Amino acid sequence: MNPPILQVEGYGKHFQLHEQNKLIPSSHNVSFTVRAGELTALIGPTGAGKSSVLKGIYRTYLPSAGRILYRDAMGHELDLVLASEHQILELRRREIGFVTQFLHCLPRQATLDVVAQPLFALGVSRDVARQRAAELLSAMKLPERLWSVSPATFSGGERQRVNLARGFIAKPRLLLLDEPTASLDPATAERVIGLIEGLKAEGTAMLAIFHHPETTRRLADQVVELDPPPAVEELLEEIA
Amino acid sequence: MNKILEVRGLSKIYGPGCPQCLESTGPEADTNLCPHCGSVVAIHDVSFDLFEGEILGVMGESGSGKSTVVKTLYFDQAPSSGEAIFFDNDRQYDLFSLNAAQQRWLRNHRFGMVYQNPNLGLNFNISAGGNIAERLLMSDLMDYGAIRERAKALLARTEVLLSRVDDLPKHFSGGMQQRVQIAKALATQPPLLFLDEVTTGLDLSVQARILDLILEIQQELKTAMVVVTHDLGVIRLLTGRAIVMKYGRVIETGLTDQILEDPQHAYTQRLVASAL
Ligand SMILES: Nc1ncnc2c1ncn2[C@@H]1O[C@H](COP(=O)(O)OP(=O)(O)OP(=O)(O)O)[C@@H](O)[C@H]1O
Ligand SMILES: Nc1ncnc2c1ncn2[C@@H]1O[C@H](COP(=O)(O)OP(=O)(O)OP(=O)(O)O)[C@@H](O)[C@H]1O
Ligand SMILES: [Mg+2]
Ligand SMILES: [Mg+2]
Ligand SMILES: [Zn+2]
Repeated sequence: MNPPILQVEGYGKHFQLHEQNKLIPSSHNVSFTVRAGELTALIGPTGAGKSSVLKGIYRTYLPSAGRILYRDAMGHELDLVLASEHQILELRRREIGFVTQFLHCLPRQATLDVVAQPLFALGVSRDVARQRAAELLSAMKLPERLWSVSPATFSGGERQRVNLARGFIAKPRLLLLDEPTASLDPATAERVIGLIEGLKAEGTAMLAIFHHPETTRRLADQVVELDPPPAVEELLEEIA
Repeated sequence: MNKILEVRGLSKIYGPGCPQCLESTGPEADTNLCPHCGSVVAIHDVSFDLFEGEILGVMGESGSGKSTVVKTLYFDQAPSSGEAIFFDNDRQYDLFSLNAAQQRWLRNHRFGMVYQNPNLGLNFNISAGGNIAERLLMSDLMDYGAIRERAKALLARTEVLLSRVDDLPKHFSGGMQQRVQIAKALATQPPLLFLDEVTTGLDLSVQARILDLILEIQQELKTAMVVVTHDLGVIRLLTGRAIVMKYGRVIETGLTDQILEDPQHAYTQRLVASAL
């Protein structure tokens, strides 16, 4: 078996909304392992907290409970729940990628540069980075006429491909994918699946949520099913 | 990654101050004005670290003390108390215990500032090129030809038309004035840059190109920056970490996407929700 890169142990997340005086349970007692070169898929009903797990690992959400042990490229293990903000930023730059459902980019920035951004941040020359971005975009069949304009006005499927290309370009050690093929037509989804298989073969560990059970079946080496979090009352008892 | 700036307990009070100033101001008191002595507690106990090449955002509503933070660090105003250490290669400077000449030297050589109001950053009575030359003259570049060449290169870098090098900045558009300010700030290739609401009030398309320029500079020159803005969009696009201020106090710090998507403090939750 491939070596584990990520071990999530008893992860939990709830939101405390002060204004409404409300506690919203999001993920509860989630545990699993992700290994190099393998894809772990999260499944479960809507609201089960799948996206919240990915965001907790990436620290877009501050975890409420549990440990997230990550083994970095140097072989050091650190708990992402406790890691400093600078450590997290450095990992995001060098090792951990996230293809979210929404694309945030500079207004008016050309698609090619949006995709090349992670390589720019690693100090790769602009020409080389753009070249690599062009290769990925053609592999995903994004029409070349779109490369020099901003993705701001793109369709859902076009934007998703830009987002994916940006997630793939730096070949992260760990890639988090949140419904990456949801708005793609079957032929384009097929190409993306091919690229995911390629990255996996090169050793990238992946943690993914797929819209279609069929995609999970094809790509997942391991499936983790999440149950919806317990009601607020139970959660409060547990915290108390 | 190395630390470039360490700020601890930075405070600035305008007015005489009194023993009750601190307890009667701040987020809980819902004011920065001391009811007992009339002083303004513009900032109190602001602390943060900045690393080389990092962009830190300072957010918060009008009057929360954002500009005061950068103005004290750039020596525009002396703080009432607090400490800031600037790490420059193998040297380190305790900013507020330096004498005036040493502070001026750092300002001219190692720091750069871009003000919201171009009036503060530019001399409107000399040409765009002259503004940059002025800053270069204060550093060590002395030869006239070399200074002019460098000024032109900087203006070209910030996309100011070279045909306008000899024009007065007061005849420029707001976006172009900001570009000249950025060129001027970059003249000495400082490792640390302060940007105060640089895109506020500009057209969206002009804003976009300036944001783009700032990011390019950060990646190319590895300049560390403190970006002050009340625009959450700018914060999201430019910064990796941010601090949230209210009535002079830091009420939350974190990774920028975390502050925007999982804000912890009631005030930040309201601030983010109202921007959606
Ligand atoms: N930023 C947030 N603030 C408040 N509540 C949130 C936030 N993010 C998620 N939640 C809540 O947490 C719960 C789990 O949401 P999450 O998005 O993780 O579910 P999911 O399993 O990904 O669902 P879906 O399949 O619909 O995408 C939901 O009740 C959701 O409303
Ligand atoms: N020279 C001064 N004398 C007295 N009070 C001052 C002075 N300069 C600033 N203040 C006050 O200090 C507080 C903080 O001001 P500051 O300019 O730092 O706010 P800011 O967060 O940058 O606001 P904005 O978003 O409007 O620019 C404000 O209440 C302001 O009125
Ligand atoms: Mg989801
Ligand atoms: Mg201000
Ligand atoms: Zn007082």
